[in-house]
Amino acid sequence: MSDFFTVSVLVATLASGIRLATPFLLSALGETIGQRAGVLNLGVEGVMLIGAYAAYITALRTGSVVAGVIAAMAAGAAMGIVYAFITVVMHATQGISGIGIFLFGLGFTDLLFRHQVGTPVPIDGLRGLDMGGLSELPVVGELFFQHSVLTYVAFALVPVVWFAMNRTTFGLNVRAVGETPEAADTLGVRVNVVRTQAIIIGNVMAGLAGGTLALDVGIFQQNLTSGQGFIAVALVYFGAWRSSGVMAGALLFGVVSSTVLQLKTLGIIVGANSTIAAMAPAILTIVVLVLVSRRIGAPSALTVPFERDN
Amino acid sequence: MALGQLSADPDDAPPELAAGRLARLLRPFVGVAVPATAAIAALLVGAAMLLAFGANPLVAYRELITGAFGGADNLADTAVRAMPLALVGVGICIAFRTDVINIGGEGQIILGAITATVTSMAFDDVPRVLLVPMVIVAGAIGGGFWGAIPGALKAYAGVNEILSTIMMNLVAFHFLSFLLQDLLIEPGAIKIQQTRRLSENADLPLLPGGTRLHIGVLIAILVAVLGYLLLFRSALGMRLRSVGHNPDASQYAGMAVKKSITQALAFSGACCGIAGAVLVFGSESHRLIGEGGAAAFTQNAGFNGIVAALFGALHPIFTVPASFLFGGMLTGGSDMQRATQVPAALVVALNGVVVVFVVGSLRLRDRLRTWAGGISSYGGRA
Repeated sequence: MSDFFTVSVLVATLASGIRLATPFLLSALGETIGQRAGVLNLGVEGVMLIGAYAAYITALRTGSVVAGVIAAMAAGAAMGIVYAFITVVMHATQGISGIGIFLFGLGFTDLLFRHQVGTPVPIDGLRGLDMGGLSELPVVGELFFQHSVLTYVAFALVPVVWFAMNRTTFGLNVRAVGETPEAADTLGVRVNVVRTQAIIIGNVMAGLAGGTLALDVGIFQQNLTSGQGFIAVALVYFGAWRSSGVMAGALLFGVVSSTVLQLKTLGIIVGANSTIAAMAPAILTIVVLVLVSRRIGAPSALTVPFERDN
Repeated sequence: MALGQLSADPDDAPPELAAGRLARLLRPFVGVAVPATAAIAALLVGAAMLLAFGANPLVAYRELITGAFGGADNLADTAVRAMPLALVGVGICIAFRTDVINIGGEGQIILGAITATVTSMAFDDVPRVLLVPMVIVAGAIGGGFWGAIPGALKAYAGVNEILSTIMMNLVAFHFLSFLLQDLLIEPGAIKIQQTRRLSENADLPLLPGGTRLHIGVLIAILVAVLGYLLLFRSALGMRLRSVGHNPDASQYAGMAVKKSITQALAFSGACCGIAGAVLVFGSESHRLIGEGGAAAFTQNAGFNGIVAALFGALHPIFTVPASFLFGGMLTGGSDMQRATQVPAALVVALNGVVVVFVVGSLRLRDRLRTWAGGISSYGGRA
């Protein structure tokens, strides 16, 4: 155990925790925007898988990571349009249609992967930025200045989302349609348009989160996300629908995951015991949900479709 | 959590006009309209995908149907694939009717499989007439326990059951992996995650006919009938459905809402747990195998059972033929893959499409129903 508590190992664990937090953070921030508008998207897992595959296949075919990132976001946007149609137009029950999206994403990406790629081919994935002197600083350099550009984008989005939600007209509209859609409608806010916009933004971020994951590990496989999208939905509750809270949750889960990995690598937990340690994020999620569930804060109109009374 | 109240309001029925007569004629068909539209739409989406992959959709579907239903052996294989779907599906009916969304079927299947396996190991020499019922009941207890946890968390701590059941799935999967690498691993086997060949006395007996069909099919039908009696012919079921319809009114009427929510998830989990036991003791290897990930063992039945239940209009009896249909898609998928080179994963994607179309067309159904002047035959929440 003493192997773990050395500066270099702790720094490496925290640094990789920040890296692992990136997909959680991107998808959970996107889900926050959707839920603030009153739409629960349980399909994040499926959208992440589709984004991951889009990024992987594009990067594989073009050799360009940038193209992969763009493809992931485009795939997310496409899924957003579909999900908006299902929930906003057709009023489908959001919890279950999300499961439909998940199953579709799971099967569809597996289908495409087997058909187009077959045996896994690794790609040149994301690289950490080299910020010269900053990256070489002891401790701080490894912790904060050697990440990939998408990690910085994800963390930069935290204040951006906060500002957009709390200081712009769009954010005000989003919160209004999530709390009291009838009142917002009376004031001339086009409820379903705002919700559609929020859903699409959220899905673009979920697609990007999946893309980040695939480009980070440089490979795609069936069910690559293995539950991360569902954890991202839980993080929104954890963060009480605030971007700073969501960031705290994403970091917590990133660090827990990296700690488990590190303990395994160091041989501190071995063999079958590592599967017990792998339960940690799931159990942590349940504990966190128990602790936060009584707190008030969910948008009042979450999961309630809007229809004008005639 | 507030699921949209989707049932039709009979007061909205328009006055009897010329169209009214037509509407009355069509009324009995409105209930079938949803699954029928969803199925056709999903088949069209599937055809588009097949075309995109350069396969002939007609050939692909012909292979799929022949593989699923052409001949006694194929029908038996389809029935074997359908059993876990039907068992999970009945559990889903109980939960969804109580307005509790159980996404934890996968984990409950795994727990049921574990408790059933341990029971058979502990009672190796008990004769078959006793041991088979014992492992089935053990599976129900394991799955029921795994369902009761998120049920109680929802009822007494306000935890969203969708999220907690998904997390319970992950915990169950890692727990299975742990057991199969440690306590339950076959002696001598080091790399393969599986138990030893379990007691022959726990094998589910084959039905006559020379196929792979075993008594699991009778267990599934029995559970479906029991599920129907529970939901629609018992005071308990009446209470569950009442809570599903309107928890506040049920509370006001003196019903134990929190207890009902816990019970619903426990019953739902028990059905899934039986599916786990059937998967172990009806398998050809007669082992509990964790190799290849959780989905390799559960066959994704925890999710696909939801599809079957929705397709069966959340009615335990109708869930059985719906499961047979989806079991057929899963069996025929590999035949389709052989004939057209399109991976069988297409079927999983199509299941997702079916879910989306079923829940997406409920609004349409309610519009139709209001128009036809009928009253929603069930809660309509899904």
